Amino acid sequence: MLKKYKIGIFLDRIYTSKKGSPEYYIVLRRMIIITMMILTTLPLAIMIMVNHFQYRSHLRNELLSPIITMANKTKHSFELLLEARLSTVRFIATAYTYEELKDAQNIKRILSVLKNEFGGFVDLGLIASNGILESYAGPYPLLGKNYTEQTSFQETQIKGKYVSNVFLGHRKFPHIVVAVQHLNDDGQTWILRATIDTDQFDTLIHSMGLESKSDAFLVDNQGVFQTNSKLYGDTLEKCPFDIPSNRFESHIFETEDPDGQKVLIASAGFSTANYTLVLVKPRSVVLQSWYALKTELFVVFVIGFALILLTIIQITNSLVRRLKESDEKREKVMDELQHSQKLSSIGRLAAGVAHEINNPLAIINEKAGLVNDLLDYSEAFTNQAKFRLLVSSILQSVDRCRTITHRLLGFAKRIDLKIEPMETNVVVKDVLGFLEREALYRKIDIRLKLYEELNTIDSDKGQIQQVLLNLLTNAFAAVEDGGVIRILTENFKVSGVKITVSDNGSGIPDDIIQHIFDPFFSTKKEKGTGLGLSISYGIIDKLGGTITVSSRVGQGSDFVITLPKTPEHSPEDEHEQNQD
Amino acid sequence: MSKTKIKILLIDDEEEFASTLAERLELRGYETRTAVCGEDGLNLLAGETFDIAVLDLMMPGMSGLETLRSIKSSTPDMPVVLLTGHGSTKEGMEGMRLGAFDYLMKPLDIKDLTLKILSAVGASDGKENE
Repeated sequence: MLKKYKIGIFLDRIYTSKKGSPEYYIVLRRMIIITMMILTTLPLAIMIMVNHFQYRSHLRNELLSPIITMANKTKHSFELLLEARLSTVRFIATAYTYEELKDAQNIKRILSVLKNEFGGFVDLGLIASNGILESYAGPYPLLGKNYTEQTSFQETQIKGKYVSNVFLGHRKFPHIVVAVQHLNDDGQTWILRATIDTDQFDTLIHSMGLESKSDAFLVDNQGVFQTNSKLYGDTLEKCPFDIPSNRFESHIFETEDPDGQKVLIASAGFSTANYTLVLVKPRSVVLQSWYALKTELFVVFVIGFALILLTIIQITNSLVRRLKESDEKREKVMDELQHSQKLSSIGRLAAGVAHEINNPLAIINEKAGLVNDLLDYSEAFTNQAKFRLLVSSILQSVDRCRTITHRLLGFAKRIDLKIEPMETNVVVKDVLGFLEREALYRKIDIRLKLYEELNTIDSDKGQIQQVLLNLLTNAFAAVEDGGVIRILTENFKVSGVKITVSDNGSGIPDDIIQHIFDPFFSTKKEKGTGLGLSISYGIIDKLGGTITVSSRVGQGSDFVITLPKTPEHSPEDEHEQNQD
Repeated sequence: MSKTKIKILLIDDEEEFASTLAERLELRGYETRTAVCGEDGLNLLAGETFDIAVLDLMMPGMSGLETLRSIKSSTPDMPVVLLTGHGSTKEGMEGMRLGAFDYLMKPLDIKDLTLKILSAVGASDGKENE
């Protein structure tokens, strides 16, 4: 609930915070971390929970079955013990006749033999079918007592045998009574009844070898202790647990003992008597291995959680950082795009204006030229000198206008790129064809070294022509008549192209070379617009390439152009290569 | 050679420009005919022979380059000097590839033009003499 609420706040913040603001990235980071944490740790937690429950039920069965087995085994021992006592009494009843048992001497002798051979026998009595104790050997004066009303008598009459619950005898020792009914050949019935102390019970329980926190005892079906309990009370006290009195079956259940400790109770009902053997073990002892496993599971979960958290934070940090970088980059590109679009439309407008102005300008030029010519060819007249001055002024202005229109056209031209496959060597030759005549006039030696297997690149042929023309025009201007200009093409990196234009001209001084690509920087004064190299620089930059210059005064200059395979093809790499 | 006037065919859609330039060239001793479009120029060329053609590349209708192609197919030996209105080197270069002798940018300097005309005619004469 709290988490939901928090996510709501984050979403609000994301929507309200402006993209690009520091807040945005902080919130985004938190969002990603929380979402990823939920997505990754939830399955982990579910898996661990499922494992937890599965292991628990499995381990419980594994751990509990030995307890039940133990309870059953011990119960069996008890049953054997009781059965042995019953058999002994039954044997005596069968071996001796009623008359023999009625004899006080005989019965006393039998009791003493029983005491010696079996132990635990306290007394022995013969009860006639009318319920009167006919003969008795033992410490109590019971002879002649009528047993008709007693459960032991009634039950023995019905079932033929009887094992009583524990009771305290006259000397406050716990005892049980076993009784068997005997049927004579002549149809006479009588009952032989023996009292046995329960020391043997304690011995049996002791032999279970229970650890100190565990306990085992017998209870009857009323929940009364039949043996001493180490922890929960003595014989004939009420057992604090609710023991299921179902006979013949064993149960195991969990409950709390009077001290509030959680315990497991295994119970096994006797078939021969109203006893139930109860085994009490503290849960912590039984499930020790389970608790160890649980701790391990928990540790695994905590470590896993910590690792996931760490990894997610790391990943998210780098993710958000990259996102931020790419956002910034995109914004920059958008800005540049906007700027270039603005330039493009200005350029188109400028080109239109320049083109429209150029034609009338040409007419003015010719008309003024004609006036000048006429002045030359006509005879002297008044104000002739003044006319000449005026015309020359007009021609100068036309010249200025021409410079402006060329500048505008140059500006417009560097905007629109037309990318197509380009054979750089062919472009070089085209441009040279343009300048061949001037080279011829001035006897300039143009030396070509064009690499034959030059890469074909995607670029703007017209723009590259423009750039090469600019460079070559500059080179022509730099060299004396008879100078040397070298053009070298070669492959650049894997798929790019490198063009070097060298001259052995005047060279460029250091203070000028720094500004050589600046717009409106010109050394040609009136003649140049100061835009040639800056336009060239712009074009090459736009085409993803670089243009660099190195020069020595008096020895000449080298202009190096590199162009990538495509204008989009990692221009940064190539910039770095040629930065210096 | 020097006694006969050099005969120039001037093709430019700006009539004012063409006529004024023609007048200036005539003042300098050249014989000129002007045409205001490519078709006109070709018609004139069909009727008489010229030593050189001065051709504007930027014309409505039949473009300068088309006219150049026609001229080069009909009279391949006649040199052609191109004039281009805007600073496009592209058309200029295309023209050069098609066999134009040289090109000039408008507004032009009459001295440059006459220089080119003289060298063009000289070169073509030289070729003929070879």
